[in-house]
Amino acid sequence: MIKFDSASYSYTGSELLSDITLDIASGAFHFVTGPSGSGKTTFLKMCYGELRPNTGAVQIFDQDLGQMTRDDIASMRRKIGVIHQDCQFLDHLNIVDNIALPLSVSQQINPNSETQLKELLAWVGLTNRVNAMPPELSGGERQRVALARAVIMSPDIIIADEPTGNVDWEMSQRLLKLLIELNKMGKTVLLASHDLSLIRLAKSHVQARVLRISDKRIRIAGADL
Amino acid sequence: MMNYIFGLFDALMTTRLWSRDAQRDRVVPPTGYTATLTLFSSAVMAFLSVFALTLSISAARLSVYWGDALANSSTLQISARADQMETQVALALQILKTTSGIEAARVISYEEQQKLLEPWFGPAAPLQRLSLPTLIDITEAASGYNVENLRLRLAADVPGAILDDHARWRRPLVQAANTLWAIGLFCALLILSASGAMITLAARASMSANSQVIAVLRMIGAHDSYVAAAFVQRFTFRTFIGSLIGCALAALLLITFTDPTQQAAILTGLGLEGRDWLRLIVIPVLFTVLALLATYAAAHRVLKGLS
Ligand SMILES: Nc1ncnc2c1ncn2[C@@H]1O[C@H](COP(=O)(O)OP(=O)(O)O)[C@@H](O)[C@H]1O
Ligand SMILES: [Mg+2]
Repeated sequence: MIKFDSASYSYTGSELLSDITLDIASGAFHFVTGPSGSGKTTFLKMCYGELRPNTGAVQIFDQDLGQMTRDDIASMRRKIGVIHQDCQFLDHLNIVDNIALPLSVSQQINPNSETQLKELLAWVGLTNRVNAMPPELSGGERQRVALARAVIMSPDIIIADEPTGNVDWEMSQRLLKLLIELNKMGKTVLLASHDLSLIRLAKSHVQARVLRISDKRIRIAGADL
Repeated sequence: MMNYIFGLFDALMTTRLWSRDAQRDRVVPPTGYTATLTLFSSAVMAFLSVFALTLSISAARLSVYWGDALANSSTLQISARADQMETQVALALQILKTTSGIEAARVISYEEQQKLLEPWFGPAAPLQRLSLPTLIDITEAASGYNVENLRLRLAADVPGAILDDHARWRRPLVQAANTLWAIGLFCALLILSASGAMITLAARASMSANSQVIAVLRMIGAHDSYVAAAFVQRFTFRTFIGSLIGCALAALLLITFTDPTQQAAILTGLGLEGRDWLRLIVIPVLFTVLALLATYAAAHRVLKGLS
């Protein structure tokens, strides 16, 4: 689904990620781990086309990122649900409008959208918060709104950048459970986290592949977690 | 540039810019500050351009008035004793016929003269007893004729002839009116381009103030045209309302301070009459089209710079 071919990336000067070659297989559950500042967010941004590699190539859905126009990338995003590290919303719209935004942006609002939204709100457990505005939400609620927004387009890939960073253990488990459910529905999941206990918990439920970033490289971690 | 034109065309054709998408209307947060500023400045600019346009229209009217009234015509007036009159007139006509630059010369008949003088003397005036001069109406060719030359030739052969070339002393007035017309239009154009610059600045300011909104929209798969249209709609609408208000205020002021019942006002005063008022509609229309183009260009430039 996503292929890296000797891709490297540097913001300014020195390389942050170097010579990455890997293949994100369809339907698999991937953890991306590594110390803070190692480049997890940068790697994920390349996975959804926000950043282009400085050298090498990245292919998303068999399309070369280097050949894609801005609008091509925008269209591709509709098939990738992204939960940003500091999940951003339109603060002047209530959470339902925020969740529905991907539909409206791609002009796919239809009579079924209403039911779809209701089901999604129930799934993330926010039915009683429909009229809330984003600034009023707690950390866990923000993550769940972001998750609902990420899946409303029924994307093939879900990318979540440290969704459990600002929430307690109970909420972390709950979010992980939702992501595992999505994976069992056949979605490819990419989840960045430096929380090893979360990874261990996930491994007891799904076959998860762990990509560890260290020294500018990404390695598939063994059983030594 | 071509890309930009095609993009705009595409956006118009796919009705992205005009479709009433309630959600898109709301993706840009309603910021009171830039909204009020855009509204205010487009109102002021429209107000000013009404006056520039009024000046221009008034000047054009003066120019037409002075120019039309006696375009390319002069009059030769011949005074002579009654028994000499016929030969003098014949001589004068002969001279006129051989002057290059004169298309036609025609003696104004007694009946015509009577009609011309009726307002002053009444219908029953015994004009014959006044021994009026004979008038010859001269029509110039487009090239005009040499006035001094004609004067000299007339002076030699027809001593009682007076050449009155009214077109000539009116020409500077027509020229002045034309200059005024051009200045008025030029000012209107300047105001319009300043408005374009202002709308561009406002749109760019609004886009940088809303960079997070743009980032979110992009993250969830919005095409550039969607994001651009959201801003274009906002600013075009604001500019339209602002220029409408400015136009209305200026029109109100014009109505209050120009008195259409005053005869002289038509010739000398700054003012609009009849169909001229309809021409004012051009101003909000121009402002709206301008806002559309300026915001579209600004939005696309900003978005292109993001990748
Ligand atoms: N936009 C940027 N410009 C310059 N440096 C950046 C930028 N974003 C991140 N970095 C740097 O790149 C490194 C890796 O960042 P990041 O990918 O966010 O790591 P992680 O998500 O693993 O914490 C950090 O040292 C960070 O300071
Ligand atoms: Mg990070």
